[in-house]
Amino acid sequence: MRTHKTHAIRLFALLAALALLPLAARAQDDSGVTLIKNATVITITHGVIEHGSVLIRDGKIADVGANVQAPAGAKVIDASGMYLMPGIVDCHTHIAVDGDVNEGSISVSSMVNIKDVLNPYDINMYHELAGGVVIGNVLHGSANPIGGQTIVIKFKYGSTPAELPFPDAIPGIKFALGENVKHSNFGGPVPRYPETRMGVEETIRNAFTRAKQYQKDWADYNQRKAAGEQNLIPPRRDLQLEPLVEVLEGKRYIHCHSYVSDEILMLIRLAKEEGFTVRTFQHVLEGYKVADEMVAAGSSGSTFSDWWAYKMEAYEAIPYNAAAMTRRGVIVSVNSDDPEEARHLNQEAAKSMRYGDLNENEALRLVTLNPAIQLGIDNHVGSIEVGKDADLIIYNHDPLSVYAVVQKTIIDGKVYFDRNEDIANRAALAKEKQDLLAKEKNAGKPAPKAEENQNNGAKPGKKPKKGKTAPSDTPQLTSAEIGGAR
Amino acid sequence: MNSFSFSASLNSNKSGLKIFVLLLFAFAFALPVGAQTSATSGVYAIKGAKIFTLAGPPIENGTVVIHDGKIAAVGANIDVPEGAQVIDASGLEVYPGMFDAADQMGLEEVSAVKATMDTEETGEFNPDVTAATAFNADSAHVDVTRADGITEVLTVPGSLSGGFGGGGSVIGGNASAVNLGGWNINDMVIERRAAMELTWPSIATGSFDLTTMSFHQLPFDEATKQYHQKVDGLTDLLDKARHYAQAMQSAATDFPRDLKLEALVPVVQGKEPLLVVANSARDIRNAVEYCQKQDLHMILAGGTEAWKDVDLLKQDNVPVIIGPVLSMAQAEDDPYDADYAMPGQLYAAGVKIAFGSFNTSMARRLSQYAGTAVGYGLPHDEALKAVTVNAAQMLGIDDLGTIEPGKIANIVVTDGDLLELRTHVKYLFIQGQPTSLDNKQLELYERFSKRPKLQSQQ
Repeated sequence: MRTHKTHAIRLFALLAALALLPLAARAQDDSGVTLIKNATVITITHGVIEHGSVLIRDGKIADVGANVQAPAGAKVIDASGMYLMPGIVDCHTHIAVDGDVNEGSISVSSMVNIKDVLNPYDINMYHELAGGVVIGNVLHGSANPIGGQTIVIKFKYGSTPAELPFPDAIPGIKFALGENVKHSNFGGPVPRYPETRMGVEETIRNAFTRAKQYQKDWADYNQRKAAGEQNLIPPRRDLQLEPLVEVLEGKRYIHCHSYVSDEILMLIRLAKEEGFTVRTFQHVLEGYKVADEMVAAGSSGSTFSDWWAYKMEAYEAIPYNAAAMTRRGVIVSVNSDDPEEARHLNQEAAKSMRYGDLNENEALRLVTLNPAIQLGIDNHVGSIEVGKDADLIIYNHDPLSVYAVVQKTIIDGKVYFDRNEDIANRAALAKEKQDLLAKEKNAGKPAPKAEENQNNGAKPGKKPKKGKTAPSDTPQLTSAEIGGAR
Repeated sequence: MNSFSFSASLNSNKSGLKIFVLLLFAFAFALPVGAQTSATSGVYAIKGAKIFTLAGPPIENGTVVIHDGKIAAVGANIDVPEGAQVIDASGLEVYPGMFDAADQMGLEEVSAVKATMDTEETGEFNPDVTAATAFNADSAHVDVTRADGITEVLTVPGSLSGGFGGGGSVIGGNASAVNLGGWNINDMVIERRAAMELTWPSIATGSFDLTTMSFHQLPFDEATKQYHQKVDGLTDLLDKARHYAQAMQSAATDFPRDLKLEALVPVVQGKEPLLVVANSARDIRNAVEYCQKQDLHMILAGGTEAWKDVDLLKQDNVPVIIGPVLSMAQAEDDPYDADYAMPGQLYAAGVKIAFGSFNTSMARRLSQYAGTAVGYGLPHDEALKAVTVNAAQMLGIDDLGTIEPGKIANIVVTDGDLLELRTHVKYLFIQGQPTSLDNKQLELYERFSKRPKLQSQQ
């Protein structure tokens, strides 16, 4: 019975997820020209336009202003009373990953890559779209001083793993410092090096020492080969060190999980010695203490709005962090690190107005243009400007208000979330679930008498074993029955 | 030291008075709360504000008079008593202080550091323990939380996780209602035994072990067996408590004192509400049916999936302290906004609601939870009640949560909508005392804001 139920629940969950897909799938056909009109357009870079319009052509923003007319044949979205702003960019997420985000068995796990395990069906992507998030920096976990490779994706829920990555975004690698990597709050019976912040430094330094030797070995080899030397044996490829060489060559960004000020200073020092730059300090809860040093090192900060005290290294975290770092000249973003938190990053940004008195535009930049800058994609996204990707959110209120609710989320000109449509679909989904439940229940009932004997005393409700012929009343689902999904 | 012993005359030159009062308050609010006067002295008048009494429509340009820790008068045409210290609150808004209806304030400092945790006893049934006993009045969370307008909390022993994760105690102990201002818990406590915490046993087949970072699976039959064992244990305990109550009432003296049963007497007599933490639809139904059968005064706490059976709660008149609104729907096929919309749905069905943070470091998100619920359908004035007076009513604390004469003067003065994220708390009164907005985080911010700009690098 239990097994049956579990299977059923899993099946329904899957089917329900699939049933949501047509929404996105239909949106895919919706390309062409769209005009969103009569909105309060928050451009981020060029002020706020009351009763403004944004023209979308071929997935890009074609025009922005107070007097943009709809070309013939254009689809028109009347956003009277609504607010239009750029899609939210989340500089720290772990969604859309198939399975665990930590390769925690080794202190330097730079050989693994999040890109290899993207899951376009993660329901969290739909949840984030419902919160206006369109782009995520999908990071490896914080188990290791040097973690896995990372990737920036657009939340094209229901597409394919190949369609998710942000085109030409510079890939990243996760670094991590502090309590998680030194296993302060958990860990098995066998200790793992490092167990102190001192050891964390040496773990990273050692990895870069090896990476530089590896870089030199290849440079030497290539030089001798270019000089025409024959019978050379190339260095053995090292998949652990290759990403670190990319870091040294400026082809890969470091996103470093960090909390307290001493470890932030450590990595800045180490980076200078070894000749690399930390692109973003993630969490960076004590960034307000060392903001000047971060600016001098060319590093930015991506922080939480108000989380604190959940571990010792978060005890001096302050909600003023985003504002304080901003005032010192750091490029700051507010991130989620959590699929739920991501759904209200607009609210989290607004808190920087309470804690530290950022103005409205500064607050919104924390979740739009600033994270785009941090990820090196600000030429394409993060503000409403002609030529940029049409990644947009329509809110029913000022997005910095706690009462604002996302009405539509648009990626590359296509609607990926529509609140009205979501609500309208609920009854049908609920019915579909009930029907499937009923079907699944019936499937577990004893077969008609004639066949009952053949069952040889099998308990009613027992699921037929794999490979055996299913009884005739087992539902044979066809694609037509699962919510029209293809 | 009594910094409020001098008084301001009403007849002073108005602008002079304003400056005087501002100076007075600049001084007052710079003081840590401990340096303030006892709760029995001081008359204050907050003038010129929009007052949300929550006992009627908002009063424009109104005045609140505070006397001896209580609200003495409120209205549009109130005379300021002679000698009162006047706060010019023109353009500001006045609300009852917020009530976090479930958290672990004072019991938890840094959740990852065991030495700072006094949240949960070992053992299944601990009705005899009381949160107020372990309340750390000097916790940094107290100052941080009240700075955002939360003036009182219900601090709850137990896991507060409501079956997501299983294990832990069934009866966590007495939750205490506590003001977030005072020298120590004796000054701060409103009601030591405000409610008895019960984590409804869940049929938990899966659990996550934080010490080994691994999931554990239990066969369903085994999980069900464990569930029934716990419920039977509870039933047995309640039966004994009823007999114990009878023995106590019979004036018999020849029975041994039992502290756990004694602690349960007010619960079985319906005098102390039972705060039942349950989150899944099945657990909620089981808990409601059980409490009805046992004739217990139940408050549902958490209630993540309460939206799935709103009628159940309405029928049995079960109030709900709603867990963190900013939570993810439990099942993949639940409506994406299930948790955001539930407060509005419960209210519309006639269920009494209050908001709780179910946390300590996140307690200050209380207004954000209520505000989000407004965005998804809860009327604004009901959201205000759900962060103030509703919790007090559920717990039978009659003199708290509105701005009416006779109520405890827990008051917050803001520069805007209490539920909005950008709003600043300007003044705070707890038990009628001006209370400092200083806290660990503000101090760190101010200290490092003063750091001279780094001139040259290395």
